[in-house]
Amino acid sequence: MRSKFDEQLKMLSSEMIIMSNMIEKAIQEAIDALFSQNVEKARQIMKDDELVDQEQKKIENICFQLLIQQQPVARDLRTITAAMKMVTDMERIGDQAADISELTIILAQSPYKMKEDNIRKMSAETIIMLLHAVEAYVEKDIEKAREVIEHDDIVDDLFVKVKTDLIEVMQNNTDYEEQAADLLMVNKYLERIGDHATNIAEWVIFSLDDHMKEIK
Amino acid sequence: MKENIKISVQDLHLYYGDNHALKGVSMDIKKNSVTAFIGPSGCGKSTFLKTLNRMNDLVDNVSIEGKVFLDGDDIYDAGVDTTILRKKVGMVFQQPNPFPMSIYDNIAYGPRVHGIKDKKTLDKIVEQSLCGAAIFDEVKDRLKKSALGLSGGQQQRICIARALAVQPEVILMDEPTSALDPISTSKIEELMEELKKKYTVVIVTHNMQQAVRVADDTAFFLLGELVEFGDTKNLFSYPRDKRTEDYITGRFG
Repeated sequence: MRSKFDEQLKMLSSEMIIMSNMIEKAIQEAIDALFSQNVEKARQIMKDDELVDQEQKKIENICFQLLIQQQPVARDLRTITAAMKMVTDMERIGDQAADISELTIILAQSPYKMKEDNIRKMSAETIIMLLHAVEAYVEKDIEKAREVIEHDDIVDDLFVKVKTDLIEVMQNNTDYEEQAADLLMVNKYLERIGDHATNIAEWVIFSLDDHMKEIK
Repeated sequence: MKENIKISVQDLHLYYGDNHALKGVSMDIKKNSVTAFIGPSGCGKSTFLKTLNRMNDLVDNVSIEGKVFLDGDDIYDAGVDTTILRKKVGMVFQQPNPFPMSIYDNIAYGPRVHGIKDKKTLDKIVEQSLCGAAIFDEVKDRLKKSALGLSGGQQQRICIARALAVQPEVILMDEPTSALDPISTSKIEELMEELKKKYTVVIVTHNMQQAVRVADDTAFFLLGELVEFGDTKNLFSYPRDKRTEDYITGRFG
């Protein structure tokens, strides 16, 4: 019985990796499409978000099946509960990549007035957070999960920098106020992705931390 | 002794001949609560349960060291009358074992042994006990019929009613639902919730989900040793001992 259970838990882990790779690709491509002003690609990303949703359902079904078949307790129960909560945050990250792509369609109409470095950097940092959080889950590495949470400070700092840059653009180029406002939204979406990655890391810690919590 | 502790066991050892079956068990069982004992077969949990009303006295070649306090009095003291002790600490077994007599006489048996003869008093005890075991409505029209004609789940509740009839303080149940279907099991589990309001309930169970559902505290036994004892929700979500975690998550051997 236990060996089948262990197989099922391994399968859960591989699906979590698959989902995190899908989202990583979505963030990466959303930022590429944003700066290359590639409307077609942006539309494709919005369409592909459906696949992320399907993957979420697939993982939730595996979790339900495990809960029913194995009636897990202790760390097993926390591992499965954590997966169910993590996919909710992962799915939201997917939505935010799609939201960025929706703005890309509007933003593609005129050339940019600001440098793309910091936004690109931000997306790269959020991707690291996401991948490390899911790796921490699969590798049962609580330290790695804690590092992800600390890493969010980098994303928050970049958010402030990008915001300052955009305010400057608005002040100096009145024709670009709308563009700057849209880019501020992109900035906010990326910052939210960092928050979701933090949530994911917190669930990883919940699943791995064997020290008793007050349960009332 | 703390006021909310009904039974306090201190460093209890039990030997079946040379076999050291319980190795220094200490535990406080709370009043008006359900306490569950879990562990693999042969771990000593049923043996331990039986030490709580000295049922092991009836087994040959058993020797016991240590103390078991019921409301502060050691039940292994020389002067203790085991009949009175077992009236206070009743027991329900795995297989429903009603006596081959009417439902009424099953329940009235204990009170009659303890000297109650008055018909009205007995009628009242029988009704109250059957109500207490949540079976009165099902049997009230057939009290004079044989208890052996009832279903397994009903028979088990008759046995619980029989235990209640002598007004016990503690009810020990040794795998009370392992021979029952899920519907009867669920009735007995609901009954435990009720019973603990008036009594202290201790159960041995192989069904860990049952322990999670009904027990306030859970004790895990392994090879005659009490490995871990504490709040059920905590034990099943954050077990402190690796052996507990391995057992409850099915990593045996």
